[in-house]
Amino acid sequence: MTTRIVELRRGILKKNDELAAGLRQRYAVAGALVLNLVSSPGTGKTAFLQRTLRELLARGFKAAALVGDLETDNDARRLAASGAPVRQINTHGICHLDAEMIGRHLDDWQAVNLADLDYLFIENVGNLVCPSSYDLGEKIRVALLSVTEGEDKPLKYPTLFNSADAAVITKMDIAEPCGFDRDAALRNVNQIRPGIRIFETSAKTGAGMEEWLAYLVGERLARAV
Amino acid sequence: MSIVESVTESLEAYPGATVIEVRLRIGALAAVEEESLQFCFGMASEGTALQGARLVVNRLPVRLYCVPCNQEVELPGVQSMHCPLCNAPAFDIRQGREMEIEAIEIDEIDEVETGGGEAGALTAKTGEGEE
Repeated sequence: MTTRIVELRRGILKKNDELAAGLRQRYAVAGALVLNLVSSPGTGKTAFLQRTLRELLARGFKAAALVGDLETDNDARRLAASGAPVRQINTHGICHLDAEMIGRHLDDWQAVNLADLDYLFIENVGNLVCPSSYDLGEKIRVALLSVTEGEDKPLKYPTLFNSADAAVITKMDIAEPCGFDRDAALRNVNQIRPGIRIFETSAKTGAGMEEWLAYLVGERLARAV
Repeated sequence: MSIVESVTESLEAYPGATVIEVRLRIGALAAVEEESLQFCFGMASEGTALQGARLVVNRLPVRLYCVPCNQEVELPGVQSMHCPLCNAPAFDIRQGREMEIEAIEIDEIDEVETGGGEAGALTAKTGEGEE
């Protein structure tokens, strides 16, 4: 027996990173702006996304969504009420979506041709830890935080908030009864991710949605080559 | 899981070898909890060449490049992405997101003839490093 040390210097999630790079290329060729929505369970990703899809369609954009959950297609059905094509991904126990799942569900999605889309939204599994490590090839990672969750979520889960490109605060319509400290929330997000765009929204009243939609339209134009 | 798969793949160049130690480099900003990792590694490695191997986690602090200070600075934690010297917001993270298998220590079966081929494979693997 000989003992030896073999240097590997290899990314643990190398396989996912490679697949994600392929997806990124694929989205770019198709001209679709892809966003990955991450938050805890119950933040209101689905309600926020449903309203986003509905408003984008009303403005003449083509948008679709993939939604991840451990089980059930409840969220897909809720999102489909927006009129946009939606596909559920059931991970059966896995706490995040990965690039392989996205690729597979895009490949055999009869209702959607990526090249026809302006926007593709990926609603990740509700979890503030693992989704931050799994690149899905998205252009924009959106971290959502609801007023019911506590203003220090960004400090508790810095990895996720630090990896985000935009932040959305949801359920602003009930901010007051919840005793939501807006200044603290904004300060905490900025502490972990300085300079990030923060949208204060309510899917129920539509507050803040105009600004968010203007951002989506602007990002698409900015990224179109 | 990914660690076991990845190491098993690199063991192809060393038939019959068993793994004694796996060394990881994990950034402070990587979403990795060591206790869970150790537990899962134990389960995932069962019945593989990695069974019983030690998992050594080398934690790397976050390092930022601060523009006003014109230097790289190390952060004491992950609660604020601001320069600890001048408090300017920092956008350029130079270290802290790593999730990497740095090296493995293996016990190899001695076979004189296969030496050349293995050395070649080793060189190829070593050249694969990221970042």
